[in-house]
Amino acid sequence: MDAVSHFIHALPLDLLIIQTVNGIVAGMILALVASGLTLIFGIMDVVNFAHGELFMLGAYIGVIIVAATGSFWLALIGAALIVALIGAALQIATLRPLIGRDPLNTILATFGVSLVLQNLVLWWFGPTARRIPEPLGASFTLFYLQYPWYRILIAALSAVIIGSFWLFLKYGKFGIWIRATAQDRVMAQAMGIPVPLVYTGVFAIGAAMAAASGVLFAPLVGVSHTMGLDWVLKAFIVVVVGGMGNLGGSIAAAIFISLLESYATIWVDPSQAVIVSFVVLILTLLFRPTGLFVATPK
Amino acid sequence: MSALDFRAPAENSTIAQIDSKTADSAEPLIRVEDIHTYYGKSHILHGVSLTVAPGEVVGLLGRNGVGKSTTLKSIMGLVRPSHGTVMLNGNAVTGLPPHKLARMGIAYVPEDRRIFRLLTVMENLRTGFDRQGVTEDKRQALLDKVFKFFPVLAERRNQAGGTLSGGEQQMLAIARAMMLEPKIILLDEPTEGLMPRMVSQIHTIIDTLHAEGTAILLVEQNVPLTLAASQRIYIMEKGSVRHHCASRDIDANHPIVKQYMGV
Amino acid sequence: MTSVPLDKVSPLGKMRLSHTTVFWIGFCAVMALLIAAPLVLPEFWRRFLTEILIWGLLAMSSDLLIGYTGMISFGHSAFFGLGMYGAAGALIAFGPPNLWLAMLFGLAGAAGAALFVAFFSTRLRDIYFAITTLIFSQIFYVIIFTWTPVTGGENGLIFSRPHLWIPLLYDARFTSTTMHWFVLAVVTGSYLVLRRVTQSPFGMVLQSIRENEARTRAIGYAVERYKMVSVMLSGLFAGLAGVLYAIQNQFAAPDFVYFLTSGDTVIFNVMGGIGTLVGPIVGAGFFQLMRDLLSRMLGDQFPYLIPLGVIFIVMIIFLPQGILGFARRWLNK
Repeated sequence: MDAVSHFIHALPLDLLIIQTVNGIVAGMILALVASGLTLIFGIMDVVNFAHGELFMLGAYIGVIIVAATGSFWLALIGAALIVALIGAALQIATLRPLIGRDPLNTILATFGVSLVLQNLVLWWFGPTARRIPEPLGASFTLFYLQYPWYRILIAALSAVIIGSFWLFLKYGKFGIWIRATAQDRVMAQAMGIPVPLVYTGVFAIGAAMAAASGVLFAPLVGVSHTMGLDWVLKAFIVVVVGGMGNLGGSIAAAIFISLLESYATIWVDPSQAVIVSFVVLILTLLFRPTGLFVATPK
Repeated sequence: MSALDFRAPAENSTIAQIDSKTADSAEPLIRVEDIHTYYGKSHILHGVSLTVAPGEVVGLLGRNGVGKSTTLKSIMGLVRPSHGTVMLNGNAVTGLPPHKLARMGIAYVPEDRRIFRLLTVMENLRTGFDRQGVTEDKRQALLDKVFKFFPVLAERRNQAGGTLSGGEQQMLAIARAMMLEPKIILLDEPTEGLMPRMVSQIHTIIDTLHAEGTAILLVEQNVPLTLAASQRIYIMEKGSVRHHCASRDIDANHPIVKQYMGV
Repeated sequence: MTSVPLDKVSPLGKMRLSHTTVFWIGFCAVMALLIAAPLVLPEFWRRFLTEILIWGLLAMSSDLLIGYTGMISFGHSAFFGLGMYGAAGALIAFGPPNLWLAMLFGLAGAAGAALFVAFFSTRLRDIYFAITTLIFSQIFYVIIFTWTPVTGGENGLIFSRPHLWIPLLYDARFTSTTMHWFVLAVVTGSYLVLRRVTQSPFGMVLQSIRENEARTRAIGYAVERYKMVSVMLSGLFAGLAGVLYAIQNQFAAPDFVYFLTSGDTVIFNVMGGIGTLVGPIVGAGFFQLMRDLLSRMLGDQFPYLIPLGVIFIVMIIFLPQGILGFARRWLNK
């Protein structure tokens, strides 16, 4: 008994709570990124390697808009819209010609797109990191820290975006089109649903979600041309762990993994904390390859 | 014009004489002319030609595998004929994408029903009436009509499509097609796997649709039903039309029927 | 009586060279060129050519998976990198630096990585496989990047080149010419081995897996086992490329383990033509040449990956058979 209470006393409780908050914040942003990815995969069977770059592009466009107008909110909405259009254009140019071909071609094509986007941004903006200032300067006291309200705001915003998207999917007309297309592309067409348009729309929505995450996340870290790479990897892990095409699963997985990583940083260096996500992935592949949060393993 | 018509395929020039109700000079609603369709290397349709007049019920009979479903799919744009034309109201529509054809007035009810299993009954119906030009009133009117035809669907309107029985799914598939307010419904083996009670229900539905002026191209293996419900029939074998006549001119025991449908 | 066309009457008919004959003639011609090359090329181009061969070997190993078994892998950077670090380890830990020891350690390292990847990934469907190989690459990257005391961390490892030592025959430092010949020998040997493998019954099963995995399984083949062997073989040759790279350049860096190297490899494959073994080497050559050309024309800072990336995408859409496929069609006209 003594040992247990000793252990509990030794637990840095305040640190744990701080890290829980951090974990949830990071988890929500990751969930937003992963939602777009899993949506695109679930509906179109496309593994979008360029998703991280769309995230990064959103952040950069946010930088430009903030520099021009000073408004964070304009940046958020503007970046999402612009990247949605870019995403639609990309889908029409590179993915539509590949419909019906071996799906591995789309992995390659989106990989190519990610390379081009990354290098375009590098060329345009140069290698120095940019910043987006936080929209809310205020902070509250969390134990011994001044915890910025902004972080809570992004978590809330991400939740709102995901929530509204879920509602749209469930009740909106376009949402029903998307779900019908996902279940039976051929019959959806036979019912007059313009499937090529649905695909483009889905890709645009996914891109918009990635861009929004980019803008939301930008004030926390620097905006650089490589920020997409780290996130795309994490997002893929989340999508596999959550069950590919499973929206709820991705969200749960995102928060789960982010929390674990957050806790890990109490004891190890952040650059090594990523191993947590790798371990979770390996365990998932070993024991529940269809996804940790999928109700019944198939 | 005897019923013992051993015409070679694609010689259907006497169609106009067969049913006096159809005006000779009016352009048929659907005209399929000499289509050849392949699945990969398999040559399935060897020059199929047929017509359907506005409001007419036309039966397409034949054994399994002769190409009846493929004919419907070729009309609906689900497979692209390599040769030949499909015309809707005199306009060539061959190879147009299915969603355009659906909006132009062709509805398709496939052999395995293929309702959206994860969508509710209501959502399934929505895929049909969620389109341009459908006002709230029209929407309600369509729903009322369909629920009157199929009361069981009204009961189950918030249930997922996958939880319905086979017969109910068939009704949903037809109801969904009706939501498109089509000029013609392509019905592929609607009675397959259904109980006799349901079969006669299907017959009633076809009659009602016909009375309302919707044309139907009915693919079936149930000969008596087809002859009773349609005005004309075509019989196919090995990818082409082998016989064509008015439904009232033959019955289920006719030698021709035995020849092409018997075992 | 209809007249019979003349060439059907002529007793000689048309002379057709058998496929294999054409192949060996081409092979000998290319070999002759490659052997003679370092004797005529200036230093820079000599090294350039050698590097193309090394990348070509890497791409070839990847082709075994992508082109023949139908599994897209982003894991080759791990195999390559571990081959490199394995060789580095041997060269640093055991003095005097020994060529064959370096090879042994490099191959062992790559084999270890391949075993790891093979075990986890072969049960997965294509897309999952691609993603997990990518993640595994990153796992190795993180380990190498952060385990500084052993791997040199961010800065990598520098070491000296071993002698070209053929027991009882030869022992001297490498010159750029002998280095080229050594690499050429290894790459050619690998090519011939891989060629033998892909044309063997084993190779046929792999291709059958690529065409239709379900059917292959239904016929009775233990698909997982074949896939695992394919990954192991592929990993070994990729590791071999890593060893050669280490010896050629005398350093090992974590960058090579980053998944982007796998990405480059896949690009070589697609550009050259998957499923041809030779194609990827051509692809590697094409890519490096274009990169060199672009930086000469437009300056060092020019992001050559932009036009090359676009070419890559365009090729996927319009020229999926790659340069080789295009050449083949053009020659057959």
